[in-house]
Amino acid sequence: MRKVEEFMRKHNLGVGDLVRILKWEGNELLAFEGLVMPPYELSPGETLTIKLDNGYNIGILIDAIEKVEVLEKAAKRPRMAFQEVLPRKEGLPNVTILGTGGTIASRVDYKTGAVHPAFTAEELAKAVPEIFEMANVTPKLIMNILSEDMKPAYWKRIAHEVAKALNSGEDGVVIAHGTDTMGYTASALSFMLGNLTKPVVLVGAQRSSDRPSSDSAMNLTCAVRMATSDVAEVMVVMHGETSDTYCLAHRGTKVRKMHTSRRDAFRSINDVPIAKIWKDRIELLRDDYRRRGEGEVGVDDRMEEKVAILKAYPGVSGEILDFLVDRGYKGVVIEGTGLGHVSQDFIPHVERAVQEGVAVCVTSQCLYGRVNLNVYSNGRKLLRAGAIPCEDMLPETAYVKLMWVLGHTDDPEEVSKMMLTNYAGEITPYTRFDTFLR
Amino acid sequence: MTEKFNYEKLGLKVGLEIHRQLDTKKLFSPVPSELNEKVDFIFERRLRPTMSEMGEIDPAALEEFKKGRKYIYEGNYELTDLVYMDEEPPRGPDREALEVSLQIAYLLNAKPVDEVHFMRKIVIDGSNVSGFQRTAIIAMNGKVDTPWGSVGIPTICLEEDACRIVERKEKEVIYRVDRLGIPLVEISTTPDIHHPEQAKVVAKYIGDALRATRKVKRGLGTIRQDLNVSIRGGARIEIKGVQELDMIPLIIEREVERQVNLLKIRDELRERGVNPEEVKEEFHDVTEVFQNTESKIIARAIRKGGKVLAVRLPGFRGLIGREIQPGRRLGTEMADRAKKYVKGIFHIDELPDYGITEKEVNAVIEKLSLGEKDAFVLVAAEEETARKALAEVVKRAKEALEGVPEETRRALPDGNTQYMRPLPGKARMYPETDIPTIFLPSGYKERIKANLPELPQERVERYVKEYSIDKSLAETLVNDERDELFEELVKKGIKPSLAASVLVVVLKGLKKEVPIEKVTEEHIRGAFELYLKGKIAKEAFEEIFKELARNPEKTAKQVAEEKGLTLLSEEEVERIVDEVIQQNIDVIKAKGMGAMGMIMGRAMAKLRGRADGKLVNTLVRKKIQELS
Repeated sequence: MRKVEEFMRKHNLGVGDLVRILKWEGNELLAFEGLVMPPYELSPGETLTIKLDNGYNIGILIDAIEKVEVLEKAAKRPRMAFQEVLPRKEGLPNVTILGTGGTIASRVDYKTGAVHPAFTAEELAKAVPEIFEMANVTPKLIMNILSEDMKPAYWKRIAHEVAKALNSGEDGVVIAHGTDTMGYTASALSFMLGNLTKPVVLVGAQRSSDRPSSDSAMNLTCAVRMATSDVAEVMVVMHGETSDTYCLAHRGTKVRKMHTSRRDAFRSINDVPIAKIWKDRIELLRDDYRRRGEGEVGVDDRMEEKVAILKAYPGVSGEILDFLVDRGYKGVVIEGTGLGHVSQDFIPHVERAVQEGVAVCVTSQCLYGRVNLNVYSNGRKLLRAGAIPCEDMLPETAYVKLMWVLGHTDDPEEVSKMMLTNYAGEITPYTRFDTFLR
Repeated sequence: MTEKFNYEKLGLKVGLEIHRQLDTKKLFSPVPSELNEKVDFIFERRLRPTMSEMGEIDPAALEEFKKGRKYIYEGNYELTDLVYMDEEPPRGPDREALEVSLQIAYLLNAKPVDEVHFMRKIVIDGSNVSGFQRTAIIAMNGKVDTPWGSVGIPTICLEEDACRIVERKEKEVIYRVDRLGIPLVEISTTPDIHHPEQAKVVAKYIGDALRATRKVKRGLGTIRQDLNVSIRGGARIEIKGVQELDMIPLIIEREVERQVNLLKIRDELRERGVNPEEVKEEFHDVTEVFQNTESKIIARAIRKGGKVLAVRLPGFRGLIGREIQPGRRLGTEMADRAKKYVKGIFHIDELPDYGITEKEVNAVIEKLSLGEKDAFVLVAAEEETARKALAEVVKRAKEALEGVPEETRRALPDGNTQYMRPLPGKARMYPETDIPTIFLPSGYKERIKANLPELPQERVERYVKEYSIDKSLAETLVNDERDELFEELVKKGIKPSLAASVLVVVLKGLKKEVPIEKVTEEHIRGAFELYLKGKIAKEAFEEIFKELARNPEKTAKQVAEEKGLTLLSEEEVERIVDEVIQQNIDVIKAKGMGAMGMIMGRAMAKLRGRADGKLVNTLVRKKIQELS
């Protein structure tokens, strides 16, 4: 136990208690009054944090504290209860928002500094009233994880929740998702929800929702608008540029987080986004989208999880691939260099993997552009070794797709055929000029 | 000296809040802390008020948001990075800024905190891109001793400066992002200042401590001094934007005067038995009265389809026009409030005037059936705007019945103040969780304490001793913040007495003639460099600075060349001396060395600033000797 916890226990201090502290500063005793704040999770714990009357927090060295006196115990604050569902308005479409973790809206407790997620309908209606003017919104928290902790089992759960909502009469579903792995989930849902008849929109925020400048509310507003649109696909909706002007709807299999922190981090790679979403309208950027229709939405969630991504780089050792093969991996997606290459030394290891029944798919670490293994000799050797060149698919998409394909068949020829079949817009037939770095 | 007021009896209380920019990198990103007029890109944002713990949102802020208020930010690639576009989490804080603020804390007898916690202070007017200002208490419990008693410094904060405002339009505000993030040290005192002169002493002391670090920014806008002033029975008034130290006592005196007079007006209104409920938002359309008016303002408003609206202020006659500060009346305060909507108002106490005739005034009095103690205020504008403006007037009139309204006021150059906005509410703050807390180990603090910079007074004494310059000269150097430049010049080889006299005597002497503040340190350095290289004589400084003040875009070298102030070669000097000798050869032949003074005078008239006087002297002497 850290010093601060020990100290709080010894003096029976609770968070929010008003205390008066006498502390030595050299040979002087200084007095401080304030509210006890929760100890910081990752600090060494040598200080007690108090919030002064002027709103500022300071840390006081516990070893220098002469005396602490509780002036007033923290009042038991009533737990705020917010309505889960609001009455439906006639004539508005119905949209379910599935929460997976993170915060799309938050409440800030200026007394303690705590930031709480706000996810009930009532809270959302207060924080982002615009979405309730567009739709009857029903929020539902289905899990609470950080997006870096996402895994295939959760994709399945989300897919089933989406199908359940859509099949129970909702007109669209929005999935609030952490941004780190949102692209992977979008891909996974694109393959699992093959016969979509309504929009499924993933949305997140790059800047925390407690700040007035957060992109969260605008992204959510655009996502709800997109969820009521005619586009029956899995999409990611995020800021289109740094300004709060429009969002873009990206096809779920073609989108990638391309920046660690910017609002407009999400980009369509090798493809044109489906739509621009403005404050008051949707501007469709293409016509080849799946239209809203009738019919049950099914979930095809058979996945082989023993799949890995492996990056080719100067000095990479084939041992890594051998290890995966030895450990029983069924598929490997290689992020090759350039057109999809690996070093000459690596090729025998690919050969061995394929011989042992492992599917080896090739994408490019360039991300932009299409792989082509016919141009250079190492490419041709890789092809001869049995690797599957994945056209202009993103490595992450190929990874998710390979899991899904291997969940359906282990016949190498069938795997190859399926990997090269376009199921959800993951492969474009030819490379457009206007899709690079935009 | 007799004083205008008995401040003790009035119960004067003044507190100071001083902000000063630090000359380090930006606080949360290693971007240079500089301003630049070059705009490379713009972006726009909206700021949404955050929901509080209880699920509440500030209704006024939400209303603003819903109206679609936009903030446009102008960025510069070198000076605006992703952190300050709120596109990247903060870095830092800048260790140098932290250290300088700790030095300042010690110089003000304050005790640094054990652990620094940066907070987010919600600011939703767009001046902070993120919607909050990052700020932390660095030290507490400081004090300044003055002859009137000790004044406490409860907190010293380190925070980020905000964006510069470029333009405020109806639905959008344009900001320049370069200033955002420049470290600011904020020093506030307790309201224990009880005399206007005491405030100046405290401000000076704090200013000295800041400057001692030599790491504070200098120049316009780098220091902001706010005053909190109240008298017993009056109200706390926050006065923003006091630039000059010397103005502080006058501004306080004027504020006391204002509060005293507003209280007198209140008492008189009460004596007249004015009931607050009678001061109502009841506006009368008196456009008809002004159909053929000679008042250009009113005529123009009517022509544009506007109306003339009047409001009755019962019991206010004679008081709206009463002076409360030199040149400012209660009516001025009403007009300041209405300024949000209209350019100006007319009130009965100043009429007839401005083209409004007595006949028109009487017609309004009749229409509003005013008694002899009742007043009216007129506004001519589009009807909705006029109503809003008059509502502000009514609000201010109601406040007059209460005495002094609490507000934030702006310091005017003449020492008066003008309404800016209502006093801000209590700050909404919560921890900045993106920045780890900073523990200040005692060893670190001790090291800073043991190496504190020299205070200005100590520096003056050192100059006198080390450079044998006059004490008053040394004081002016330090007080005018020319000391750093002075030491730099001396280090380069300039004689201390020359550097000091040019920086103080020459520059100050030009103040009346030219806008000398336009002469930058770069200019001054340039001029001294020319001098060191023997390109100019010391007599040329004055002319060079005069010219630079008028043409600050030029360099010292350009000016010296254009004005022919560069020194002539010895041959050229000799040629001119010869010329003078030839022209006066008769006198020389007659008087011999007795002509020396006259010849010197004529030669210097041609050579002043272009040749060393000693050289001319030698040459003239030699030539006369040769001839006689």
